[in-house]
Amino acid sequence: MKADPNLYDYWPYAGRPKIVWPGGKKLAFWIAPNIEFYEFMPPNNTQRQPWPNAIPNVQQYSQRDFGNRVGHLRLMELLDRYNLRGSVSLNVALCDHHPEIIEDCVKRDWEFFSHGIYNTRYSYGMSPAQEQEVLNDSIATVEKATGQRIRGYLAPALTHTESTLDLIAENDFWYSCDLFQDDQPQPLKTKSGKLVSMPYSLEVNDVITYSVMGMDPDRYSDILIRHFDQLLLEGERSGTVMCIPLHAYLVSQPHRLKVFEKALAHICAHTDDVWFATGKEIAEHFRDNYWDSTLADIKARGVAAGGTGFAP
Amino acid sequence: MSGLSTDYLSYPKRAYGQDHSFYDWRLSQNRPKLEWKNGVKVAICLIVPLEFFPLNPSGVPYKHPGAMVTPYPDLRHFTVRDYGNRVGVYRILEALEEAKSQATFAVNGEIARRYAPLLQKLEGHEILAHGVSTNHIHHEGLSRQEEEALIDRALNALPSPKGWMSPARGQSSRSLELLAQSGLDYCLDWEMDQVPVMAKTDKGDIMLIPNSYELSDFTLLHTRRQTEESWVKQIMSAIDMLAEEHERFGGQMLGLTLTPYIIGQPFRIWALRELLSRIGAREDVRILTAAQINQDFRE
Repeated sequence: MKADPNLYDYWPYAGRPKIVWPGGKKLAFWIAPNIEFYEFMPPNNTQRQPWPNAIPNVQQYSQRDFGNRVGHLRLMELLDRYNLRGSVSLNVALCDHHPEIIEDCVKRDWEFFSHGIYNTRYSYGMSPAQEQEVLNDSIATVEKATGQRIRGYLAPALTHTESTLDLIAENDFWYSCDLFQDDQPQPLKTKSGKLVSMPYSLEVNDVITYSVMGMDPDRYSDILIRHFDQLLLEGERSGTVMCIPLHAYLVSQPHRLKVFEKALAHICAHTDDVWFATGKEIAEHFRDNYWDSTLADIKARGVAAGGTGFAP
Repeated sequence: MSGLSTDYLSYPKRAYGQDHSFYDWRLSQNRPKLEWKNGVKVAICLIVPLEFFPLNPSGVPYKHPGAMVTPYPDLRHFTVRDYGNRVGVYRILEALEEAKSQATFAVNGEIARRYAPLLQKLEGHEILAHGVSTNHIHHEGLSRQEEEALIDRALNALPSPKGWMSPARGQSSRSLELLAQSGLDYCLDWEMDQVPVMAKTDKGDIMLIPNSYELSDFTLLHTRRQTEESWVKQIMSAIDMLAEEHERFGGQMLGLTLTPYIIGQPFRIWALRELLSRIGAREDVRILTAAQINQDFRE
């Protein structure tokens, strides 16, 4: 076990070279609806129980199912009104269980990235060959259902092995949503490939704000607005990224969605300064324009540590 | 049932005063009045911990409150904490610069070793030794030699720090003596009074500068899940009360923790700016470094 994953180098926020998003924009905004399938009777993983108490967990399972049956449509129609395209964090087995939801996303030209097969199948304990099988399955399943080649990854339920990021880079993924160390993208130190660490977010993720921090809807909208205002201010110096990761089983509850819309309206009023994009579009722009200059800046500051992830 | 051993119902230290010899028992109304310089009634010490949270914490003797949570490799919590050292701390530094305020940065030895550019940015602020890392907690199970080695390692990583804060503010019963022996003048782990208190050890004295657990951003915003509005309001209420008590009790102080991965979040940093601006508007309140507090108090 390593003390430091060595997946990226220290890169002080102050004094970085300027990133400018397409159209001279200061902030790249993306929205990531998690479209997930939690199994009713998931198998055990030695390191994590799927549900805190017992299996099955009828209340938790059915609340996730509410997200699929009721929630996604509400959220899609809200995003439609603001011309926002989602970047779907997808448990790919949902393509088999609920293809209607996938069709609704495809119709809207949304992007898909992999969030594993099920949110109840964890990476802990997998061999690299097994993780590769998950990636093959993810790529093939989404390609078949949507025609898209996925370029992003968020490990299922945020569970990893030491190999996860090397494997996704090797499979020509462009971005990882697994790391939370920054408000700007940064190259990851994988053995091969060109993998960007993409700012996703736990702090303004509805699972954290509603389920962990116990915020009420007004407070959630308030912190989203403050978060956006601060990152936009800083984006003038060098382009920032803001993502709102969402879960329809939480945000699309009838007592929450209207209040959430206040934050969305605030953000979408800043069309002059904000690039409304998908994860892949942001990753591509960064890879094409800022990958080399970022590495050069890290090197110039004398903080490049060498090696690759989990291999100093 | 044989019950507990008879020792359990014997109380060898049951006598007037404290049950240790670091400082004497003293009620607030009996302490000599302290006066800060320039008519200041309330001194504020802003303490910014810069901590390294390894991906593989030992959990000995307990896990640091900010340590990894999920099974290895917990990239989630590793990177959430690291956000503070890469991004959040620079927001704090900017807010301090705007308010022309100096803070006291409590720096893990491992941070100094890894993040040299960050240390350079702390010029003009105070740097306090903060142990080796969050995985190096000082506790009773360490031998004297082991604890001395931890202190040496932490001190050697920094440019001659005069003060100390322990990782997770944890100490052994030997810590104060070993810190004094290492030539440290003050320590920010204890908070039994609203003014600094001098502790005595066999290896010399060391000043204990109070540090509020209840008003720390980690406790109030993270552990207790209260709002930033309320954090600012509660700190200002505390300041008001200390100022009101000035006539009766003299100068008092508050040690306030600003955790980079908590208050340095984009949606929270406004609250620090607001707090600094409200403090700045008060002539009777002054932000001092731990070194200044130590010096003022000793004078």
